[in-house]
Amino acid sequence: MTATLSALGGVVKRREDPALIHGRARYVDDIKLANMAHAAFVRSPYPHARVTDIDASEALAMEGVFAVYTADDVRHLGLLLAQITVVNRPLLVDVAKHAGDAVAMVVAADRYVAQDAADAIHVEYDVLPSVTNMVKAATNEILVHDGMESNVILSWEGGPFGDEEGIAATRKTIAEARKRDDTVTVSIEMRNQRLLPTAIEPRCVLADWNGGYSRFDLYSSTQIPHALAGAVAKTFGLPYNSVRCLAQEVGGGFGAKLNVYSDEMLVCFASQKLHRPVKWTETRREAANSTIQGRGWVATASMTGTRDGELLGYELTGVCDMGAYTQNFTAAIPFLGVFVGSGQYKMPTYIKLDCVVTHTMTTDAYRGAGRPEAIYYLERILDAFAREIDMDPADVRRKNFIPNDAFPSAISPIGFAMDTGDYATNLDALLAKADYEGLKAERDAARAEGRLVGIGLSSYVEVCGFGPSGLVDLGFSWSEYGLPSAFNGNGVVRVHPDGTVTCVIGTGPSGQGHQTTWAQIISHHLAVPIENVRVIHGDTHESPVGIGSFGSRSAAVDGSATWMAADRVRDKAAKLAAHLLEAAPEDIRFADNEAHVAGSPYHKVSWSDIATLAYQPHRLPEGMEGGLEAAVVFSPANATWPFGTHLALVEIDPDTGNTQLLRYIAMDDCGEVINPMIVDGQIHGGIAQGVGQAMFEEAIYDEDGNLLSASLMDYLLPTAADLPSFELDRTVTPTDVNPMGVKGVGEAGTIGSAQPIVNAVVDALSPFGVKHIDMPVRPKRVWEAIQAAKGA
Amino acid sequence: MQVSMTVNGEPVAADVEPRTLLVHFLRENLSLTGTHVGCETSYCGACTIHLDGAPVKSCTMLAVQADGATIMTIEGLADDGELHPVQEGFWERHGLQCGYCTPGMIMSGAALIASNPNPTEDDIRHGIEGNLCRCTGYHNIVKAIEYAAATMRGDTPAPAEWEEETS
Repeated sequence: MTATLSALGGVVKRREDPALIHGRARYVDDIKLANMAHAAFVRSPYPHARVTDIDASEALAMEGVFAVYTADDVRHLGLLLAQITVVNRPLLVDVAKHAGDAVAMVVAADRYVAQDAADAIHVEYDVLPSVTNMVKAATNEILVHDGMESNVILSWEGGPFGDEEGIAATRKTIAEARKRDDTVTVSIEMRNQRLLPTAIEPRCVLADWNGGYSRFDLYSSTQIPHALAGAVAKTFGLPYNSVRCLAQEVGGGFGAKLNVYSDEMLVCFASQKLHRPVKWTETRREAANSTIQGRGWVATASMTGTRDGELLGYELTGVCDMGAYTQNFTAAIPFLGVFVGSGQYKMPTYIKLDCVVTHTMTTDAYRGAGRPEAIYYLERILDAFAREIDMDPADVRRKNFIPNDAFPSAISPIGFAMDTGDYATNLDALLAKADYEGLKAERDAARAEGRLVGIGLSSYVEVCGFGPSGLVDLGFSWSEYGLPSAFNGNGVVRVHPDGTVTCVIGTGPSGQGHQTTWAQIISHHLAVPIENVRVIHGDTHESPVGIGSFGSRSAAVDGSATWMAADRVRDKAAKLAAHLLEAAPEDIRFADNEAHVAGSPYHKVSWSDIATLAYQPHRLPEGMEGGLEAAVVFSPANATWPFGTHLALVEIDPDTGNTQLLRYIAMDDCGEVINPMIVDGQIHGGIAQGVGQAMFEEAIYDEDGNLLSASLMDYLLPTAADLPSFELDRTVTPTDVNPMGVKGVGEAGTIGSAQPIVNAVVDALSPFGVKHIDMPVRPKRVWEAIQAAKGA
Repeated sequence: MQVSMTVNGEPVAADVEPRTLLVHFLRENLSLTGTHVGCETSYCGACTIHLDGAPVKSCTMLAVQADGATIMTIEGLADDGELHPVQEGFWERHGLQCGYCTPGMIMSGAALIASNPNPTEDDIRHGIEGNLCRCTGYHNIVKAIEYAAATMRGDTPAPAEWEEETS
């Protein structure tokens, strides 16, 4: 049972679904244009190698091959643009910096011929020394990039963030706490392994240059169509409105499609050169080797506190793997970890994360982006601390929460203002739902029978809903892509003469159901039927600006802008209705697709009557302009801070080390909820990705720089048989930074879910004295931990 | 090479390269783009179709191997515009988000119910093990298939979780 109903109409079946379940939706790879050619890439098999010769003669002689391009052909376009610029990627390379770096592009009549031709290009390499391990890279024995003094390109430090004196004081406080006789300090070095985001739809891009109008139509499977349009415009020296980027149906993103990619620039280049549309569809192997990866941290977490559970200091220091180049947000991802690094707690916190380049594919935002990593370390070490002092981990958490009276705008130990929170209520609701005491008794009974059963908890906070326009000052904007926009939300609401409504937004959904949720927002506000609302997203010619969909931001920021735009439309409609009904605007009420005078329901006009008047200026009251639409750009006062508590119950087979996830119970708080069905769906998917990290997934590079997990046979995604049904519920603590009170939910499930599983595994293995195990907790690793503990 | 087969009730014939994968034949030659490609190792199941009534990953077969076969793709599943119960279940129970794995998942779900009209949750979870979804955590896919199986048996499907919430 879920505690609340939607403020905006509750569950509405998705409007996206009919096309999708009939197989009639149109993803980019489904689009065929006349005269369309296909591209394929030749990629370096080496992590670091200079190209000494490229022989494309055989490929060029093949029937149906139109062109082969190499680094020299595209050098004039400059480097791939990125939002946070540190080490930008060349579009095609003459020195490869990771396996998978693109050396040449072939364009041919169909995809089979393009791949044949790519295979027929002979490249000679001078293989150079490489470093693929971030800890080794941090020693600078081998430099990833010539001319750089260090592989450590940036360090993020807090708290308080950006306050050197404050940081020194925090460190002193923590050091003093450690020295006290009555305190305990627990330290563990933990890996937060690299992951492949793995949207089931591979990336695909189709560029269509129209030489007559000097214009690109660009279809791409992207979360950020407007940024892509800006990047193409800037790269090709075109005005922004000469690039129309369309991202209509996107088959999952999870951050992988929150990037501008060199292939997107290169198909544009080829289309312009060849005067024909050019499409490129990623293979799954390319998705592994040349689409961004996520996570990849090695860090040591230390928690200090008293034996009665008062936390006095938390430290996290480590290195974060950037891969070879920085793309869209790459170097900023660890910052998001610092942002939430102190979680729901009030203890003094010091975090320092070094961003290190290696000869591997770039990392960037993967669902949660820095926040799952940071919360993982915090919640793991908090559990280890609780175990050390022999106190229930739920009690340690409760004892150290930022108290309710600190909200709104509680200042976290890292120095950021947190909008709203009620952590104890949420924890207690989770414990009640799980029957925590009963569950512990079950576990203990199982343990008495020799079974390895464990319970794991995690609290979390997320920072999302980006965001305040002022984030521009921290470097978060699209200015590098030639766009002025900060992370504001935007919404356009337009009423047509027949009373139907079109809503235009600049989001870039990839399955989150914006067609449905936004129709609910409009329908609720204007009292028009959902069927009369059309929602347009993913078209840069329709929306004046657009930030895209990532960072759990769309509903909180663009949804709020749409809400406000609908507000303005309703205000004007009230005046128009008042004119028609000879009443005062403040007496107009909207219901059932009509406006009536308060207290007089039969004294009414339809939305069609109102809108028709709006487009007949001669009938309007004096001084009123025609038209019935509004466009709002909204900057919230702050980001939002969703939170929650998750619990996992696992059982381990002592003979095989296999971990079975028996139950998963989650209590999330994302503020107000628009469509509970969609919100729960986001949490389900988010949890599955956290479970994937905890139990199965790992992107593994060998010493020679080969990605060993580049196919779905080697990179283990959870299947239906690996997961239980999830048990969800929610508490509702509205935010005060936007008019709907919504916080965002896209990443919450992932941020909450890896560590309760590992905490549960450690709990299950605690009879052996096991205190730590790294992810993923695959059978071999668990079995070895059991054997090592038995031997010890 | 010349191939002919029946696809969604229509006879089709074409001259294809011997190496043409069945999924590419369906998508490129017949423009039936509802069948998707998510990997090249027959692992993800986005390309699942029915071949002579059995669920098959169409990226694992050459078009020429399907010569003479009767094929049904997602486009052919609805009966004269009326949703197949599995399609209905996916819509009713929010069994899809981005929709990319959905056609393959629906085809697998339909085949599962055809062979096991009364599947348990465990049967369903193992039955769709060959189809990967990255969005839903499979939670609502299981509910969608349970809904469809109940409907096809003539039973009333269990209420949606959100219906339980409001009662």
